[in-house]
Amino acid sequence: MLATVGRRTLGITEVFGQLGHFVADTARAVPDAGTWGRQLFPMMRRIGVDSLPIALFIASFTGIVLALLASYTFTGTVPYYFVGTLVGKTIMMELGPVLTGLALAGRVGANIAAELGTMRVTEQVDALETLAYDPHAYLVLPRVSAGTVMFPIVVAFAMAMGIFMGWVAATTLLPITTAEFLHGLRLYFAPFDVEFGLIKSASFGFVITMIGCFLGLNTRGGAEGVGDATTRTVVYSAEMILVLDAYWALTLLRPS
Amino acid sequence: MIAFRGVEKAFGANRVLKGFTLTVREGETVVIVGGSGTGKSVALKHVVGLLEPDAGEVEVDGRIVHRLRRRELTELRSHIGYVFQFAALFDSMTVEENVAFGLLRRGLGEEEIRERVAEGLRLVDLPDAGPLMPAELSGGMRKRVGLARAIALRPKYLLYDEPTTGLDPVTSAVIDELMVRTREALGVTSIVITHDMRSAYRVGDRIAMLYDGRIRQEGTVAEIQQTTDPVVRQFIEGRPSAALEAGAPAAGAAAEGFDR
Repeated sequence: MLATVGRRTLGITEVFGQLGHFVADTARAVPDAGTWGRQLFPMMRRIGVDSLPIALFIASFTGIVLALLASYTFTGTVPYYFVGTLVGKTIMMELGPVLTGLALAGRVGANIAAELGTMRVTEQVDALETLAYDPHAYLVLPRVSAGTVMFPIVVAFAMAMGIFMGWVAATTLLPITTAEFLHGLRLYFAPFDVEFGLIKSASFGFVITMIGCFLGLNTRGGAEGVGDATTRTVVYSAEMILVLDAYWALTLLRPS
Repeated sequence: MIAFRGVEKAFGANRVLKGFTLTVREGETVVIVGGSGTGKSVALKHVVGLLEPDAGEVEVDGRIVHRLRRRELTELRSHIGYVFQFAALFDSMTVEENVAFGLLRRGLGEEEIRERVAEGLRLVDLPDAGPLMPAELSGGMRKRVGLARAIALRPKYLLYDEPTTGLDPVTSAVIDELMVRTREALGVTSIVITHDMRSAYRVGDRIAMLYDGRIRQEGTVAEIQQTTDPVVRQFIEGRPSAALEAGAPAAGAAAEGFDR
């Protein structure tokens, strides 16, 4: 029992050590801007723009459900304009970033792990190195940079869509006017609400893409290895999103 | 010159190379033969620093590969062309882009890159394949594009990892012919990994047999053909019993799965 715990602890420590090296190697590739710069915009499109449909889809239904849930909870006790408050706060600070992050852990993280894992097992990564390219500059840095920059942008659109659909649901399905919804939305609004959501999103983007690259480039074996790397990327990314969510709440929301 | 000196490499409990020593002189083509899983590809990957030895060293042009800094290693790699077993073409790029990819790192002008790509594809008899995607190519064509990508760099050294494995005899002969032609045209020093003895006899100046992690015998084509070593004879004649008679482990059994 003790030996098992010890082995597991050593294994986890080793993985974190490898991840630390991986991040350091990626940081060392930053001066090679000629290599990663060319890849950056295509990656921003793939990771960001192409993720918009799924992010907006999720945000739409979240907005609708939140509006109805708020009205159900408030019935007879809290004025209806608080529907706007709840939809706004929840979408901007929590559900927008976290649900989008979880969806993109599947779409973006799995895609990166599968792509790089396949490149690894078919020796394309070795070919890159023999052609004098640094895989961290050519493969990792563009993906991680694009993820870190584009996640907040995608989440910003998701926030807008979620609130918009919350408004649509509130004004069409509930006894609430646009003016009341907007009043509620503005009631406890602070620009920090948006900043908080976007900071979280950037950290999710960084972690999801970094995990996808790390596990993808460390893939061993054939198709089974690629499948394993892809699955682990989604699971670890989802876990890290929740851990980071708690971390940001603890560091930025705790009353001083 | 490329020199392997007492190279040892293990993957977990599997000791693949156990003191591998071999010297490849300027301008010659050395063929390393051996059964599947004996560590031929593992040895080759040490030349470009894709693997580091657990013990021993590999020297290329007077530089010990595993001691080089990243920038020095990148510089060294720019003199070495590597033809991968399954070509390792970038499947998101066209044939043309694959061949040009290594040249983009060299800071060459567009015109020169275009000329070198055309020359490389002409040398491998695929002058019109430029716009095709790798998925549209046959196995033999992929290997030829892999060769074109390597020779477009005009390297000093060319490393071939199983260039004819999985190909029909006619296509294998075409690839062998290309290797000979490339050597004559560019005057490169080459290492060829194969277990295809016909190919080894066609392209090699010298042949070295890797067995149980070490070089069992090396010599000219004629010397290898006349060998009296039972293990080497067994291999070159394709007889299954000699290894057992010699009391040695079957080739590949010790390092199954590590011939990568």
